[in-house]
This record gives sequence, C-alpha cells and structure tokens, in this order.
Amino acid sequence: MSLPRAVTHLSRMSGTVNEMNSPDHFEPNQKPATAIPTLAQTATRRTQRAAATALQRIRQSHPPSSRIPDAAFSVLILFTAISVFAIVVFVAWQLYDKSRLSLHQFGLAFFYGRDWDPVNGDFGAMPFIYGTLVSSFLALLIAVPLSVGVAVYITEMCPIRLRAIISFLVELLAAIPSVIYGLWGIFVLAPLLREYVEPFLAKTLGWTGFFSGPMYGIGMLAAGIILSIMVIPIIASITREVLTAVPQSQREAVLALGATRWEMIRMGVLRNARIGIVGGIILGLGRALGETMAVTMVIGNRPEVSRSLFAPGYTMASVIANEFTEATGDLYLSALVQIGLALFLVTLIVNALARLLVWSITGGTAGRARA
Amino acid sequence: MIRSLRVILCIFLLTCCALAQTQLNGAGATFPYPMYSKWFNEYHNLHPDIQINYQSIGSGGGIRQVTAGTVDFGATDGPMTDEQIAQSKVKLLHVPTVLGSVVPAYNIPGVSQEVKFTPDILARIFMGKISNWSDPAIAKANPDIKFPNQAITVVHRSDGSGTTYVWTDYLSKISPEWQGTTGKGTSVKWPVGVGGKGNEGVAGMIRQLPGSIGYVELIYAVQNKIPYGSVKNSSGQFIKASLESTTEAAAGVKMPADFRVSITNSPGKTAYPIASFTWLLIPTNPTDKNKGKILKDFLFWMLDQGQAMTEALSYAPLPKEVVVKVKAAVTQQIH
Repeated sequence: MSLPRAVTHLSRMSGTVNEMNSPDHFEPNQKPATAIPTLAQTATRRTQRAAATALQRIRQSHPPSSRIPDAAFSVLILFTAISVFAIVVFVAWQLYDKSRLSLHQFGLAFFYGRDWDPVNGDFGAMPFIYGTLVSSFLALLIAVPLSVGVAVYITEMCPIRLRAIISFLVELLAAIPSVIYGLWGIFVLAPLLREYVEPFLAKTLGWTGFFSGPMYGIGMLAAGIILSIMVIPIIASITREVLTAVPQSQREAVLALGATRWEMIRMGVLRNARIGIVGGIILGLGRALGETMAVTMVIGNRPEVSRSLFAPGYTMASVIANEFTEATGDLYLSALVQIGLALFLVTLIVNALARLLVWSITGGTAGRARA
Repeated sequence: MIRSLRVILCIFLLTCCALAQTQLNGAGATFPYPMYSKWFNEYHNLHPDIQINYQSIGSGGGIRQVTAGTVDFGATDGPMTDEQIAQSKVKLLHVPTVLGSVVPAYNIPGVSQEVKFTPDILARIFMGKISNWSDPAIAKANPDIKFPNQAITVVHRSDGSGTTYVWTDYLSKISPEWQGTTGKGTSVKWPVGVGGKGNEGVAGMIRQLPGSIGYVELIYAVQNKIPYGSVKNSSGQFIKASLESTTEAAAGVKMPADFRVSITNSPGKTAYPIASFTWLLIPTNPTDKNKGKILKDFLFWMLDQGQAMTEALSYAPLPKEVVVKVKAAVTQQIH
C-alpha cells in the first residue's frame, strides 16, 4: 500500500516542480509575438476542436447508455477486489479445516513442540518456524544493504551507459529458476563456505556462539545466503524505482545548502524514499519466507533449533514439499497441513509487524519529503 | 472439394479410433516409474487401443488415490499397513513387479577401495555411535584398508521416500535399538546427519562432504558411477549389491499369500540384505469389468515379456518361483 502511495505523492510533486523550473519549458498554444499562428499551431488547434466536437456529439447522442458501462465496470472492479478477500478467507478456512485432526490432537502445543517424528506420530512445528524466520531474516540482513547500495549507485552515481546494463543484470537474477540456485548452492557455495568462510567466521566470531560446531557447508548460513541472492533483485529494483521518483529539486535543494554527495543521498533521497524501500523489503521478505526448492537443497533439512548458523535447519515450506507426497496416515497429513497454517500465520504476523514499523517511522502520514 | 472431403473423413476416422481407445489411469511410487512407463509404452505399441497412464506422485499418494477409487490402479514401494487395508474402500491385491536395492555410498578421503560394512557398523554409524572413520570396529571389518582420522557425516533423504523405508526397515531388523528409538518409515526422526532432497541431493552432498556416508538406490549409484560398499548378509557373507544379488534376496524369502513381505536381511546365501519389492495395487473386484480384464492381461504380459525388459533399465527381475506364484494369485483373485 505504502509504496504506490509514496510514488504517486512524489510524482505529483515532481510534476509541479518540472512545470515551474525546467528551462526548456514548452507551450504549444503560446502565441508568438507576431500574432500570426504558425502552421503547426493551426493544425493542433484544428484537431483539438475536432476531438472536442466529437466527444460532445457522443455525450449528447447517448447520455443514459454511457452510465451503464460505467456502473458495470465499477461492479466488475468491485468483484475483483472482493475476490482477493475471498481467496484469502478460503485458503485460511481450508488450512484450518484440513488440519483439524492435528489441532485436536496437539492443540496449541503443536506450534511450540520441538519433536517431529512421523513414525511415532509426534509432531511439533517449532524447528520449522524457527528455521523459516532465521533464514529469512539472515537473508534480509545480507540483501538489504546490498540492494539499497545497488539502487543508489544506479540512480545517483552510475554513468548512463552502465545504468541499463546493471539494471538488466539485477533483474536477470530474478529470472533464474530456484532449482538452479539450489544446485549452485550445493556444488559451489557449500564447498566455498566449508573451506574458507566458515573456518574464518569460527576463528573470528566463534565466541558469539552463532558460528560454532561442525562445518558442513550446507546449513542455515548457506540457506540465508542463497535466499539473500534471490531477494536482492526484488528489493533492488523496487528501491531503484522509488529513488528515481524522488524529485530532482530535492537533490538540488540539499546540494545548494552545501551538503556533500553522501549527505545529499542520505537526506535528500533515502529519507524521502524510505517508505517505498520498506515496501520493497516486505516484498522481498515474502519471497524469502515462502521459498522452497533452493532452501531445501542447501539447508540440511534437520528439524532442530540450533543457535549456530553452521548447523543444519529446516523450514516450513521445505518440510511440506519434502514429506507431503509420501505422507501416509491421516494424522501425519493433517500435521503437514497445520504446518501450512503456521506458515500462513507467520507470514501474516510478519507482514503486520512490517506495516506497524512503517507507520511508526512515518508517524501515520504518507511519505512526504521533510528534509 | 474431394480433397477436403478426404481430410474430413480422415479426421472422422481418427476421432473414432481415439474414442475406441480405452484409457486406464494409475498413480503412485516414483522408484519404478521409468520401468512402468517403458512397460505401458510397449504395451500400447502392442495393443494400440489401450492406453495406460501412470503418474509418479509418490507411494503415499498412490495408496490414497487407489483406496479412494479415483484411479484404476495404484503403486507403492512399501506394502500397505493393516490399518490402511482396513480403511480402504476397495479390496486390493499387491502385485510385485520388480526389485530394487539400496546401497551405502560414502566419501572417505584417501580410501578408494570398496569398504565392507557389517550390520552393526551401519546401525551404529546411523545412530551416531560411531562418529569417526578411524573407529576400531570399521578397521576390524576392513583389515586391509587404512582409514583416516575423519569425522563421519551421515547424509539421509529429506523427502519422504521408499528408499528411506527400505533402509530403515533393514536397520530396524538388525538393530533392536534402532527399532526402539527410530523405527521404519518413509520419513523418520533421524538421530544424526543432514538431509538431501532425492537421490541426486544425497549423492551431491556425499560428493561434497569429506567423510560422509549416505544411502542411494542401486540404480542411481550404477547409472551415476557412485562407489558403494558391500554389506554382510545374514549368512555372514559380504555381498555387493547387483541385480543378481537383489533377485537372490527375494528368492530366499518365504512368500505370504498376499505378497506383503519385507525381504530385507534375507536369509539367502548370496542375497544382498537391503532389497525390496515394489508393488502394483490392483483392485480385485473392479467396477468396470472391461478395465479389470485389460489390467489382468497386462499383468500376465508384464510377468512374462515385461520381466525380460527389466535388466536393460537396471531393475532386478522377480525370481522364477515368485512369478509362478504371482500368476496364480492374479488368476484366482482378480475377477
């Protein structure tokens, strides 16, 4: 929501700014000093007049019928809007309905239970919820600075010729199928992590407890890195669009006050665009929470809550994808559906928190420039 | 004009042919999918009016769909449980089709020879009780191999699969402790290790992780030239998995009337101990008699000519005496 609102605000502003300030301001209907209209001007006037009379004729000849399509259109649009609600409600209801057996068996303890034992029919979702959240936030931790950096470079500092190439490459990242990322993760990233990155992290930051234990290469860290690469194009391209929409006058004003380039970007650009950037981050987070294939190939698929990022973990989307086809027994199936319900709830809560964050930043108003 | 009439006539005839074709739908296990699709294709070439479709959606899905009656037949890598049979709306016959086996694959730096595993070593490695390749128990079973001081990483399947079922079924049989703590299933709560998705995921991780050990299907290991070890069978012989030793495993086991039998840890002298049948689930009293007859004909063809095609695709054929028994059961039980 916040993203389009911010963009329209900014573009509305930039519109007025351009009309007032731009030096090569062009008005086709301005009369030249001689008061003799040029050939081009007569031509435009004539077509304008023709268009106006045509419109008038349509209005006069079919006054009531023009209202019917309008009404039909608004009803149609209303239905499309309602359909989104309907789909969400339907999905939630189905998830609840199909997971009743497991809800009845385990109650709310399902959401914080740590056991996942299909053989003995003992199910708990905690390790999966933990894995999903940790891998996604790890991904954002890496992806947000990188993507904002990429977007700032593209809009503020990049030579025009390079601009298209970098934008294209960033968007190309989004076009790579996730199974390719997964394979790349197993065969390239995991050995790199195991041989170089993880020993280094263990040596320098091992005392924190986040980087300790056996180094497999695959694990939570690998999943976070793969996810970050997958969300970078989403966050970067949205941020780029938002930054482009910041009016030029803002930059010029800040520079005119004697700001350095860094201060100009910080105060004149990023500050104005922050709501749009947060919108991009939320979209990226959504992708990270739901990503299945690439994550399941590199995370190690072990339902355990472990402090170390080297340890293998598991995510909600992965366990559903992994075990649904061969799940026999009603309780097992029901538990897997309830994992889906948990994923639905977690996504809902995380998105709500992100919205709250946006509101608290802006104090309830839309993203207006206040620099 | 005449030409266009001809075209119309041709289209008409083709539609008639398509309408006359009988379609059968099946769903289930992924492990025998290449074999089944070859069979169904060959059978369609022999009988152009019969088209059998098979979707490899997994054994669990196959059992669910056939018991609900939404497909004409199902397929599974693990036999249905008594509970599932009791719940089923359709009475089903388990028809064994081919055999598969599961092999231990490993990546031990500096060891290129074939490693020998005893049941005890395998169980203790997968329970995390043996955690280093320099363990004396491994050295004792392999006196001529020098093992490095390297930690063991266990790699297992993360997706539910018949392969996991066979592997854990074997471990449950040879280790009471495994049976008590973990048990057997298409997905289990692994005491140690990391999970890879599919045979390719497990094989990929084994290749990447020095000191790792995992299990893959024999077919996958053979086709991708992955080295794998031999396992000591119940008569004390170290047997390397092959199509012959897999078929041998089935020959050594007494067949029950409903063919729901586990052939892991087979008593046969040259039998490879980690093997299993895979089954088609055929309704014994189909609602559509015509389809029932077609399936019956197909089964007889599969048990004769079909068995000869198995080895080309690296599946182990059924032993002769099992084929005889299955034919008798198909004749008697499917109406």
